[in-house]
Amino acid sequence: MVKNALIGIIVALVFYASGCSQGETTSKKGNDSKEAVELLNVSYDPTRELYQEFNKEFAKHWEEETGQKVTIQQSHGGSGKQARSVIDGLEADVVTLALAYDIDEIAAKRGIISEDWQSKLEDNSTPYTSTIVFLVRKGNPKNIQDWDDLIRDDVSVITPNPKTSGGARWNYLAAWSYADKTFNGDEKKIKGYMRDLFKNVEVLDSGARDATNSFVQRGLGDVLIAWENEAYLSINELGKDEFEIVNPTLSILAEPPVAVVDKIAEKKGTAKVAKAYLEYLYTETGQKIAAENYYRPRDPEVLKEYADKFADIELVTVDDAFGGWQKAQETHFNDGGTFDEIYAE
Amino acid sequence: MIRGKIRSTKHHNVLPGFGLTMGYTTLYLSILVLLPLSMIFFYTARMGWTEFADTVLDPRVVASYKLSFGASLAAALINVAFGVLLAWVLVRYRFPGKKIIDGLVDLPFALPTAVAGIALTTVYAPNGWIGSLLGFKVAYTPIGVVIALIFIGLPFVVRMVQPVLQNLEKEVEEASSSLGASRLQTFRKVIFPELLPAALAGFTLAFARSLGEYGSVVFIAGNMPFKTEITPLIILTKLEQFDYSGATAIATVMLVTSFLLLLVINLIQWWTNRKFIHG
Repeated sequence: MVKNALIGIIVALVFYASGCSQGETTSKKGNDSKEAVELLNVSYDPTRELYQEFNKEFAKHWEEETGQKVTIQQSHGGSGKQARSVIDGLEADVVTLALAYDIDEIAAKRGIISEDWQSKLEDNSTPYTSTIVFLVRKGNPKNIQDWDDLIRDDVSVITPNPKTSGGARWNYLAAWSYADKTFNGDEKKIKGYMRDLFKNVEVLDSGARDATNSFVQRGLGDVLIAWENEAYLSINELGKDEFEIVNPTLSILAEPPVAVVDKIAEKKGTAKVAKAYLEYLYTETGQKIAAENYYRPRDPEVLKEYADKFADIELVTVDDAFGGWQKAQETHFNDGGTFDEIYAE
Repeated sequence: MIRGKIRSTKHHNVLPGFGLTMGYTTLYLSILVLLPLSMIFFYTARMGWTEFADTVLDPRVVASYKLSFGASLAAALINVAFGVLLAWVLVRYRFPGKKIIDGLVDLPFALPTAVAGIALTTVYAPNGWIGSLLGFKVAYTPIGVVIALIFIGLPFVVRMVQPVLQNLEKEVEEASSSLGASRLQTFRKVIFPELLPAALAGFTLAFARSLGEYGSVVFIAGNMPFKTEITPLIILTKLEQFDYSGATAIATVMLVTSFLLLLVINLIQWWTNRKFIHG
């Protein structure tokens, strides 16, 4: 019995080892031959539809260009969780996450991405952007027009937990920027505004999608603070006669960045195709796919084409207003930051 | 004849000898349970004592312990009462649809916890079927947390108690009542002692399972700091900041506390076994 089991285990191990080495040899040859190659793109939640479309286009383009077949595997989840998977050993060729902080952490913790990754591609390595808008119930019964309406006593707000959701951090920073402008940088008044805002939040869901569900499916709250693309998706999937989008006077330029995971791609021999994959996001085709999926294209020409979709809102950037993501994370979202202060007793 | 004699002197076991089985068990447990758990301590050991104390005694974290342990305890107690009742009905009576109800009991085992969480939230939310009928809020309060934990813990008690009830012979009860015992006395002196060890074991399992539960609770809890944050969520927020040692420090506290609690419950079980069965 035990002997048989041992033999079984040994056989399995031998198979596994040979399988591994075989896998490595084929991918090593990936770039110099015309053999099929596989990419793993580790992304976050709301990009599902975008990359489904984009992957098809890129595979077609790459085969025409080089004659090589490429298949792209997608992985989606909360941005922070996805970054941790890569840190813990998930072999991603490229990462396309919700905020630069998550990619910074991969670079810092494992050194598989170079520290200066954000300067490697155009526009801060962000081929598409988004912003933070409000979703309200049809007819806007509470007449919510701007950030100052969210602290009214009769308004209930839905936003996810900045401790667990990347999207929620963008929401928080957008609200902070508005208060910053309104109170001319008076920290005490800004914090007062943030406290009043979160007094109106009755549920802190752990992810952006969950918050959308609370607002849309459970009928909670009068206003959902959300990614622009999520807000559009809600309207499209759940009927135009139930919700509408309200654009605040000021919001934040959300930059979900992309990067090649250098060391992994080199090891797998996919560096060239991975780089081409991300660069293709910047081409007209890539930009159009982004716009079709309600992400704001960087290319001004394409943006003009889709101008009716994207309202002209005054946008601040994380770098200008908060001194970059590392600093924003430390000041606002790490333990003891301004978000914790709101709930401290 | 003689051969038979020889054979009977050597004791035959189905399994190979103690050495081999014990070795195998130890190896198996180490690879699957002890090694992964020891990693938690290994990570935590990177912190100094003061840092560790600051992390695990933070007021917000302490509030989450209270909720997690309190809600798990409440849910396990409710499960014992109603689980025994349910098992009793399923064993003692015949009624149409019994097989279906019996099958339904296992459902919380099979459902992905996130599905359970979303389903419960839908029903108990202020605009849900049950939530809209109740005069008080259930979803997004500690009551909601308890309800989610009752849901996932129920099968443990029922499945523990059922076989014991099945083996309880009706004659024993008949004997006790023919000797003049009232129904209550029969239950207290005859049935209850038999059930107690199984019910305790069910309680332990349900309680332990509830402590670490995340998926089904996180949707219905509302996750408000100091009010409805469960400890597993706090661990997750630490991970979101890439604070691995902070996360494992809190996990260590949960692990050690759970272990001590389970040890105490097991001691009580052992004691009740001796008292009622051999005493």
